[in-house]
Amino acid sequence: MATAAPTPVRRRTWRSLPVVHQLRQSVGLQRGMLVAGLTITGVFVLTAVFAPLLAPYGYGQLRDADGTFGAQQSPSAEHWLGTTVGGYDVLSRVLYGTRTALFVIVVAILLSIVAGVLLGLVSGYLGGWLDRVLVVVADAVYAFPSLLLAIVAAIVISGGQSSLVGGVLAAAISITVVFIPQYFRVVRAETVRIKSEAFVESARVVGTSTWRIMTRHVLRNATRSLPLIVTLNASEAILTLAGLGFLGFGIQPTAAAEWGFDLNRSISDVTSGIWWTSIFPGSAIVLTVLGLTLVGESLNDLADPRLRARRRAADAPPPADVAVTPGGGLAAGTEGVLP
Amino acid sequence: MTTATQDPAPPAVPADAPAARRRRGGGLGSYLLVRALLIIPTVFILVTAVFFLMRTTGDPITASLGGRLPADQLAERIREAGYDRPLLVQYLDYLGGLLRGDFGTTSTDRRPVTEVLTTYGAATLELAVYGLLVAFVIGIPLGMVAAKVRDRYPDAILRVFAILCYATPVFFAGLLLKLVFSVWLDWLPVAGRISTRGQIQLNRNGAGTGIFLIDAISTGDGDLVVEVLRYAVLPSIALGLLTAGVFLRLVRTNMIGTLGAGYVEAARSRGVSESRLVRKHAYRPALIPIITVIGLQVALVLSGAVLTETTFEWRGLGFQLGQYLQARDFVAVQGIVALLAVIVALTNFVVDVVAALIDPRVRY
Repeated sequence: MATAAPTPVRRRTWRSLPVVHQLRQSVGLQRGMLVAGLTITGVFVLTAVFAPLLAPYGYGQLRDADGTFGAQQSPSAEHWLGTTVGGYDVLSRVLYGTRTALFVIVVAILLSIVAGVLLGLVSGYLGGWLDRVLVVVADAVYAFPSLLLAIVAAIVISGGQSSLVGGVLAAAISITVVFIPQYFRVVRAETVRIKSEAFVESARVVGTSTWRIMTRHVLRNATRSLPLIVTLNASEAILTLAGLGFLGFGIQPTAAAEWGFDLNRSISDVTSGIWWTSIFPGSAIVLTVLGLTLVGESLNDLADPRLRARRRAADAPPPADVAVTPGGGLAAGTEGVLP
Repeated sequence: MTTATQDPAPPAVPADAPAARRRRGGGLGSYLLVRALLIIPTVFILVTAVFFLMRTTGDPITASLGGRLPADQLAERIREAGYDRPLLVQYLDYLGGLLRGDFGTTSTDRRPVTEVLTTYGAATLELAVYGLLVAFVIGIPLGMVAAKVRDRYPDAILRVFAILCYATPVFFAGLLLKLVFSVWLDWLPVAGRISTRGQIQLNRNGAGTGIFLIDAISTGDGDLVVEVLRYAVLPSIALGLLTAGVFLRLVRTNMIGTLGAGYVEAARSRGVSESRLVRKHAYRPALIPIITVIGLQVALVLSGAVLTETTFEWRGLGFQLGQYLQARDFVAVQGIVALLAVIVALTNFVVDVVAALIDPRVRY
């Protein structure tokens, strides 16, 4: 690949970055799905960053200069998406919810990557009884319903109490516990494969330390499929967070806005026909997960040659699509074949 | 575990192996034995981990009744339940109890956990079966269609549908279904498993299985059967859609794989029609990986059932789990979680056995 070229450093431009590379590789419908996913995800991240500017009120705000908002008010000019049963502004809580979700995603994924990759690397490279024990434990945890696992972890971490910032952090760590086995499995499998390759063997022969082989030679090669798992896990993290919130492990409304918790509060609203308290936070979850999953799915398909759409004459994209693809040498060849 | 079994075993037997050693039955037998023995560490690890993790938060009595009882009564309850003994003794006691089928006593309402499990387990089982049925009926045919029209617009729509199924939290799907079909259209009941009148009718019929459909059929009352089914429709769809998306994607991917396989290509060159190729040639081999994946889906369905039951007040294990979580009754939570761990381990075993019986390549 690019790294095998004589001047590997120069060849590593932004074009070989994980997502950018796949974007350039994709065609037709697959590109459409990837672009749609990236757009939604981008909007989600921007909303999270600029939530205080976008939201008309605070997430825990119950009153303004004109007095209290009132509970279960239908959408109006003051409250575009109405107010909740607790008297909060729905729009503000939906917007601030992106912050909670993004924070939990980032913390959960960072923690689980560090723990999972480290364990997988050590387990796969060193082998032995440690490896066997870790594999059995990871398999047991992996097969277990993830939500229940997160519940147990949440009880342990927060003692079942949802405190202030601790609530968000506890949710993130609970989700981490669920994810660690996934990274562990992938990295371990890759490590086992790579450690028998010739370049590892030669590194060992010249006397490189085990730690250096693991970090420089094996790790760099074993993490190739991680971007894919990260995107898929990001969407799972949101769903697990919402599930925890829905079961009452949510963060208190005064501490942060959390979509699952708001949905839990809206169960009784639905029965009496109040739709705005559930539809908007729920749609926010669906949209965010949809965006992240579209990105993850597209990356998955592009990584699998059986599923990757080819630029064949039969189902080649319309010429306009080919024209905007720079450096598409293959596409240029099929262009003339197109009717 | 399931993924580890998917690698096809090397087809060639080492040349030095005597022909008599290549008995197929022996391989299957030892595989099943090893696989059965693997259940024990799985369940053991989960039960142990849950036990010790839960105890790091303190004893269950203080957790649930902390601020509500005077200190001396609290201490009395703790001693009575044996939570003042060393942790290791409690753990061994708990393990011993599990082996005898005793999951402990809940700390809030002082019921044996086993009783809770048998009372509400049937409801969860019923919901899970309905959910899986819905998932099969929706997911498999749509997956076949998607593979057939691969990379054209219907395929894109179906794939977005599959992703939407996955992206919609099961409780939000439930709330939407409730809003549309129960509140706005008023076609189906809002929540619960059965009306009060129906419940009385069932109770009069004596102790049933707890699976309301079977109980209702055994009363011989057609209206009651219809009522039970009407209550089940929305929760089943909400839960089923969650898994339907997974099945759709799996069938699609595997069908694309098998449709490109050599034997299908050969059939195509013999002039077999495209729809017959899908139905007769590519369909069955594409289903084998699904059987393996159902094991993992059981875990997803159980997670989903917890949330679906809370949404629809379906009085099963998940609903009770939610209630006990709110009450901070961790003995009950621990019992329910341990039972679910056993169920997941057992289904995974059954699934692996079925996969091994169907596909001779699946061996360790």
